[in-house]
Amino acid sequence: MPLVDDATTVERAPARPLTAKRFRPFEALAENIIFAASTVSILGVFLIFVFVAREALPLLTSRQIQEEVTLSTLFTTRMWQPVGVEPKYSVIPLVIGTLKVTIVAILFATPLAIGGAIYTAEFAPRKVRELVKPVIEILAGFPSVVLGFIALMVLATFLQKITGVQSRLNAFVGGIAVGLAITPVIFTVVEDALTAIPKAFREASLALGATKAQTALSVVVPAAAPGIAAAIILGIGRGIGETMIVLMATGNAAIISWNPFDSTRTMAATIGQEMAEVVFGDAHYTVLFFIGVMLFAITFALNLTSHAFVRRITRKLGSLK
Amino acid sequence: MSDSIEMMSEEEQVGSRVNGPARPETLLNIERVRVPDDGRPIDRPVKLASKHLSLWYGPKQALSDVSLEIRNYEITALIGPSGCGKSTFLRAFNRMNDLIPNVRITGQVLLDGEDVYGRRVDVVELRRRVGMVFQKPNPFPKSVFENVAYAPRLSGVKNMGRLTEIVEKALERAALFEEVKDVLHKSALALSGGQQQRLCIARALAAEPEVLLMDEPCSALDPISTLRIEELMRELAKSICIVIVTHNMQQAARVSDRTGFFLLGELIEFGSTDDIFTRPADSRTEDYITGRFG
Amino acid sequence: MNAPARTLPHGRGPQVAAGSIAILTGICAFLIVAIVVILMGIIIWNGGPHVTWEFLTKAPETGMTEGGIFPAIYGTVLLVIVMAIAVVPVGAMTAVYMHEYARGRMVDIIRTAVHNLAGVPSIVFGLFGLGFFIQFVGRGVDRAFFGGQLIWGQPCLLWAAMTLALLTLPVVVVSTEEALRAVPDSYREGSLALGSTKWQTTWKVVIPQALPGILTGGILSVSRGAGEVAPILFTGAAYFLPELPRTLNSQFMELGYHIFVMSTQSVNVDETMPIQYATTLVLLVLTFALNFAAILLRSRTRSKIEQS
Repeated sequence: MPLVDDATTVERAPARPLTAKRFRPFEALAENIIFAASTVSILGVFLIFVFVAREALPLLTSRQIQEEVTLSTLFTTRMWQPVGVEPKYSVIPLVIGTLKVTIVAILFATPLAIGGAIYTAEFAPRKVRELVKPVIEILAGFPSVVLGFIALMVLATFLQKITGVQSRLNAFVGGIAVGLAITPVIFTVVEDALTAIPKAFREASLALGATKAQTALSVVVPAAAPGIAAAIILGIGRGIGETMIVLMATGNAAIISWNPFDSTRTMAATIGQEMAEVVFGDAHYTVLFFIGVMLFAITFALNLTSHAFVRRITRKLGSLK
Repeated sequence: MSDSIEMMSEEEQVGSRVNGPARPETLLNIERVRVPDDGRPIDRPVKLASKHLSLWYGPKQALSDVSLEIRNYEITALIGPSGCGKSTFLRAFNRMNDLIPNVRITGQVLLDGEDVYGRRVDVVELRRRVGMVFQKPNPFPKSVFENVAYAPRLSGVKNMGRLTEIVEKALERAALFEEVKDVLHKSALALSGGQQQRLCIARALAAEPEVLLMDEPCSALDPISTLRIEELMRELAKSICIVIVTHNMQQAARVSDRTGFFLLGELIEFGSTDDIFTRPADSRTEDYITGRFG
Repeated sequence: MNAPARTLPHGRGPQVAAGSIAILTGICAFLIVAIVVILMGIIIWNGGPHVTWEFLTKAPETGMTEGGIFPAIYGTVLLVIVMAIAVVPVGAMTAVYMHEYARGRMVDIIRTAVHNLAGVPSIVFGLFGLGFFIQFVGRGVDRAFFGGQLIWGQPCLLWAAMTLALLTLPVVVVSTEEALRAVPDSYREGSLALGSTKWQTTWKVVIPQALPGILTGGILSVSRGAGEVAPILFTGAAYFLPELPRTLNSQFMELGYHIFVMSTQSVNVDETMPIQYATTLVLLVLTFALNFAAILLRSRTRSKIEQS
C-alpha cells in the first residue's frame, strides 16, 4: 500500500519562506514611470494656466506696460486698436463679438443637435441610427479650418445673397459655422444621456398606455435634462474657444455692435490674428496673453459646470440600479 | 466553534472510518464511495489554519471569528448558502481579498504556521504556493501552451525544453494532456468549458503550488465535466492540499474529507464530511443540507 | 358604455402633438446628415479635379499660385509622427495608471485633469506652446547650452508637436481607458492568483488585450492633431518654405495652415481657389481615412469583446 506518492512529492522545491518580501527594482521603476506619466495631464492643466498667466502678469506688475494699458482700462475703454501711434486696448468689443458668435452658434446648434439626438435615441429605426451616428462622427472629424474655409468661401456668399447685408463676413456666418462645429459635441452628450436612461423608465411609461413620443417627451427627456444642460454648457465652452472658424469667417472688425450681421472679432480670433505680429513682452503681447487667461478661465468654469451636471445624472441613475 | 476544532483533531483517520461494518446512513440520497487505500499519505499535518479571522468590506462584516484547520493531502469543502462568506474565506488564504478596496481583516491565517497577513510577507510568493481555480474558467486569450507556461515563465524558466516538460507534466496531472496535445498552440478559448477549467487547473499546477483553492470550480460545467474534475481532485489530493468552495452539497459529500458549513459569515460547524452529512451537530447545518433553506 | 368611445378622440390631441415631435426631431437628424453631405459634396466637387499626382508631389510654384502641396503634406505627416511618439506612450501610461493602479481620490484627480485638458480652447494651447515650450524651455536650453544663440527658443516642429501632443492627450487616455475597462477582471485575478506581480499582470495580460484600444486612441489623436491649426499658428507653422524641414528645430508647412493662409492672406484668393479646395480635400481625406481606420479597429475590438 503506497502511503506516499514519491513521484509527486519529491520533485517539489522545498517550501520557500513567505516572510522574505522581495524588492523588484525593475517593477518599482516601471510603476514609478507610469505614475509620472499620469501626472502629465494634471501638470499640463496646471502649467497651461501658470505659463499663460505668467506672460500676462506684467499687466499687473510692470510700470512700463501699465502706462499703456491696465486691467481697468481693458474693461472701461471701448476701443481695440493695438497698432498705431497710440495703441488702444479694450476687450469690450472682443467680448461682445465672442458673445454674438457664441449665441448664434448655440441658437443654431442646440435645436439641431438635441432634436437629432432625441430622434436617434428614441424614434429612429436601427438602420437610420446606424447611418446618423457615423455621420456625426464625420462631422466631429471635420477640422475647424475646413469648416472655416467653407464658411468663408461658400456660406458667406450664400447668406449675403439671401440677406443682402453689406458685410459679407460677419458674426452670423461665423456663428453658423461654429454651430456646425459644436453640433456633434452637443449631439453626443445628449445622446449618451438619453441612452443612459434605464429601459425600465420607458417600459413603465409605455405600459401605462403612453405612446413612444409621449414617453420620450414626458419621461426620458426630463430624466436626461441634466445631460442636456451639460451638453449645452459644453457647447458654449467650445464656441467661445473656437478660433480658426471665426478667424476666417467673421470679418475681424473690432467694433462694438450687437448686430449679428456686422463684421465681428472675437477674443480667440484676436489672439490667432495678432500674436504672430507682436513684439515679445510688449503691452500688446501681454494683453493677448491676458485674453488667453480669460478664455482659459471661462472655458474651465464652463467645463467644470458641465462635468458636475454629467455627474449628477450618473449619480441619479446609479442610485436606481 | 473552538469545539469543532477540538472535535476535528480527535478524528485523525477520516478515511478509515468507512471501513466500519455499517455504512453510515446519509441524509442525502446519494451513494458515497470512498476507497480506503486511495494512495494518499496517512500522515496529514495541518497545512492551512485560520485563527479568529474576521473580515469587513467597508462597514459590512463578511466573516466573524472563523477558526479552522485544513490538513494536507485532504480535500476540505466549504459549503453554505450564497453570501455566507465561504468564497471570501477561501480568498483570505491567498489574499485575493487584497484586491478589493476597503477590506479590513483581524485574526490570523497560517500557512505551515506562518502568518499569511504578516507584515513582511511577499504576497506573490504566497500565491505561488497557494494556487487558485475560479468559478468561471478564465484561461488567458493565449494558446493552451502559453496559458500553462505562464507561471513557469514568471519564475524565470526560459529554456524551451524545460518549459515544454513542465507544461506537459502539468497538463497530464490535470488529465488534459491527451485531449489537447494536438492543439497546444491553438487558442485556449477554443476548448470546451470543462477543458478550459482543467486547463486552468493545469495552469495553477504548473506553478507547483502546495495548496489549491477551488472557488466553485464546477458551477459553470455540465455533469460529465464535473465528474472528471472531481476525479482529478481526488488524484491531486495525493500530493497537495485542496480546499473547495461549493454550493453543491452532493459534490461536497462526494469529494471532500472534511466539510465546513458557513452561514452569515460564521463557521457554524466543521468536521469530517461523514459527520456533517450524517449527524450534524447544529440544527442549522441539518436544515441546510436537507434543503430546508439556501 | 359611452366612456370608451369618448376617450378615443380625447386621447388623440396630445398624441398628434407628440407624434409631430418624432417628425420634428427627425427633420433635425435629417438636416445634420444633409449638411454633412453638402459639405463633403462642395469640397469633392471643387477640389477633386485638382488633386493630381503632381499636386501631391510638387512644391508650390510662382508665388504659390501654381504647383503642388507636397511640403505641406510632408510637414503635416512629420508633425503628427513626432506628436504621436510623445502622446501615445504618455496617454497610454496615464490610462494604465488610472485604471490599474490609482485608487480613490487619485483617479478622480487625473480624470478631472484629463477632462479639463480636453476643454481648453486650442488657441490657448498655442499660447501655452509659445509661453512654455518656446519661451521657457527652448530659451532656457539655449541659454544653458548654446550661449543664448537661438536654436530651440523659436517656433519649430518639436514645439508644435509637443503642443499638439498635450492637446490630444485626452483622446489617447479616453480610448485606452475604454479598452482597459473591457479587459475582464477574471484575467487579472487569474494572473495574480498564479503568483504574478501587479506589474507582470498588467504588462503580460492586460496591456496585450488593450493594445487595439491604445492603437485606436493613437490614430484618433493623429487625426485630431492633423486638423488642428490654432495651436501651431505661432509655435512652428510657416507660410512658405523653400526647403523641407530636416531637423526638429526647423519650421514647417502644414496642410491646415496652408488652407488658412491661402484663403485669407493670399493676394490671389480667387485664382488659387482650386488649389485651396484641393488642399482642403487632401486634409479631409487624410483625417477621415485615419478616423475610419480607428472606427473600424474599435468596432472590431468591441464585437470581439461582446463575443467572448
